[in-house]
Amino acid sequence: MAIERVSAILFLLAAIAAPMLLSGFFIFQVTMLLVYAIAIMGLNLLTGFNGQFSLGHSAFYAIGAYAAAILMDKFGIGYLWTLPLAGLICFAVGFLFGFPALRLEGTYLALATFGLAVATPQILKLTPLEHWTGGVQGVFVAKPNAAMGLPLTADQWLYYLTLSVFILLYILARNLIGSRTGRALLAIRENPIAAQSMGINVSLYKTLTFGVSAAYTGVAGALGAIVIQFVAPDSFGFMLSVTFLVGLVVGGIAWLPGALIGAAFILFVPNFAEEISKGLSGAAYGVIMILLMYVMPSGAGGIVQSALRAVRAR
Amino acid sequence: MIAALATVAAASMAMAKGKYDVGASDTEIKMGHFNPYSGPVSAWGTVGKLQTAFYRMINEQGGINGRKITFITYDDAYSPPKAVEQTRRLMERDQVLGLFNPMGTASNLAIQKYMNNMKAPQIFVSSGAVAFGNPKDYPWTMGWLNYASEGRVYARYLLQNKPDAKVALFFQNDDFGKGFVAGFREALGDKAKTMIVGEASYEISEPTIDSQIVKLKASGADVLFNMSSPKFAAQAIRKLTDLNWKPLHFLTSSSAQIGSTLGPAGLENSKGIISTNYYKDSTDPRWKDDPAMKNWNAFMDKYYPEGDKSDTTNVYAYLVSETIVQVLKQAGHDLTRENIMKQAANLKQFSTPLLLPGVTITTSETDFFPIEQLQLIQFNGRTWDFIGGVIDGSAK
Repeated sequence: MAIERVSAILFLLAAIAAPMLLSGFFIFQVTMLLVYAIAIMGLNLLTGFNGQFSLGHSAFYAIGAYAAAILMDKFGIGYLWTLPLAGLICFAVGFLFGFPALRLEGTYLALATFGLAVATPQILKLTPLEHWTGGVQGVFVAKPNAAMGLPLTADQWLYYLTLSVFILLYILARNLIGSRTGRALLAIRENPIAAQSMGINVSLYKTLTFGVSAAYTGVAGALGAIVIQFVAPDSFGFMLSVTFLVGLVVGGIAWLPGALIGAAFILFVPNFAEEISKGLSGAAYGVIMILLMYVMPSGAGGIVQSALRAVRAR
Repeated sequence: MIAALATVAAASMAMAKGKYDVGASDTEIKMGHFNPYSGPVSAWGTVGKLQTAFYRMINEQGGINGRKITFITYDDAYSPPKAVEQTRRLMERDQVLGLFNPMGTASNLAIQKYMNNMKAPQIFVSSGAVAFGNPKDYPWTMGWLNYASEGRVYARYLLQNKPDAKVALFFQNDDFGKGFVAGFREALGDKAKTMIVGEASYEISEPTIDSQIVKLKASGADVLFNMSSPKFAAQAIRKLTDLNWKPLHFLTSSSAQIGSTLGPAGLENSKGIISTNYYKDSTDPRWKDDPAMKNWNAFMDKYYPEGDKSDTTNVYAYLVSETIVQVLKQAGHDLTRENIMKQAANLKQFSTPLLLPGVTITTSETDFFPIEQLQLIQFNGRTWDFIGGVIDGSAK
């Protein structure tokens, strides 16, 4: 426990100090890292803790991003308000999608959610929606400046905003998992029939988890739209879903802090792979992934947890 | 006297030193670029690879006005968020002078505001969207070519050669298709009302476009302007054959590819299709002994041997690099971002031998599209024949 508390405090100090030491570009990168970490955390709640597979989280990310962009662009709503609204919209969409998903398990569920991911970019391009979505051209989002006259650059402000949202959502997720509900989620993952016989309403919990997971990812999408200042259908292809899944597995399934490690991986390793070879950057990325899975089959989370166990055993 | 001499000396020293913004110095010009090296359209990454090879050649030949070129190119995987990240990396970490020929409509739209806030050049954008030639709102963004001017070229050809034409428009319902339609209508002017007798559009999600073609045939048109992407263009060509409808058939240059459209539709069915081009096709036997093409082949062999010579994208990339070099040469020792934009907007009938005879590149403070002159070409069942001279597609 002490180790966890110390590392949490260290993380917090480093995170607060970071923008003072880093240049604008790195602040932007770390902000995107936190955005992806929120999305991965959402996926972790669903896949890691509740055992439901999803290849469709790029769709929830897209819905969150578009919700934020359209609310700002067409309705003139302040960017801060778009975050909870995007979360609510995605919760509703995820909750509703959770119902048909109840009938599906494992690979079948993965396939259904895959459909969601493939359909979303095309739906966003449809002409009847063009007035809202801007079609292929997408929607521009104005970059917000620091609130309340704080002496921060726009990049620093967005970073602290994203950091606050991340910490808030992290604490919420942590409390959720530590609660009765969290134990119910784990029980459903381990054995749905046993869980049901213990009085857990399996379908309710599963659909709710789908909703909460989608809401997390939607908030990440909204933050991403504000940070990037632009949304377009091509930003939210199926590959984004796979990227989230990679981040989840690398960070460690069912280990919340892993989201940060996973996000760092999906953000920095492709750039690193590109430096190895331009023409073979995809192959280099693949090889790194294979090696990593070979060295730490249960992700960063597995290594950290076994290290912690070793320390405690002394 | 001595004072005067000193002034002259100081002036000439200042000349030699030159004026610089971030990304340029006495010895170096740093240029940024991105395109997809990974992902579904990674084949287009050949543009960045060819340009890397091209600037290596320029540096071996002594650089530009004594300065070496450092060309930094990154992978955006055709994803706008990645393009924003790579652009910020180029601008803020690598400290480049500007972005030269970055690729993709969505990726470039995503960075347009940022580049204009930074007051740094984003020039010769690899996209056909009209949005990149708007100097009033985005003075730091310049396009390369655009759909509207190709639309104007077909319209001007008709006005000259077939003024009584009855035209049917068939277009993809997005910025791609609508861009052509807008240019076509604009160039027809008042005659658009009488000349355009039918219109039909389709969504990319539609499985077939047969009903649209049937409808257009029923309009009684004798000219079909086909603004569809390759898959649908091939379907349309087949449907025309099925219906035994033989209008004068214009097909946009992006779809007029033998490999992706005409072949699948049937080369015999595709006979007579008219399209446009502006540079020499490396697969066309006509240019076998052309000095420019020989030169290009020698370059490919020496500097980019892994590149595919039958991929005309490599001719395009070479041509754009030559134009960029021209801009840098014109800028002389004043390598400020402002002067780069000024010189990019000051190309006067610039020509390189890889352009088709008669095609030249001209830009101005109000004209941010270098390529607007196009040559009409007609498919003869095997290759393309030229018809008529070069037509100017700029807005008038």
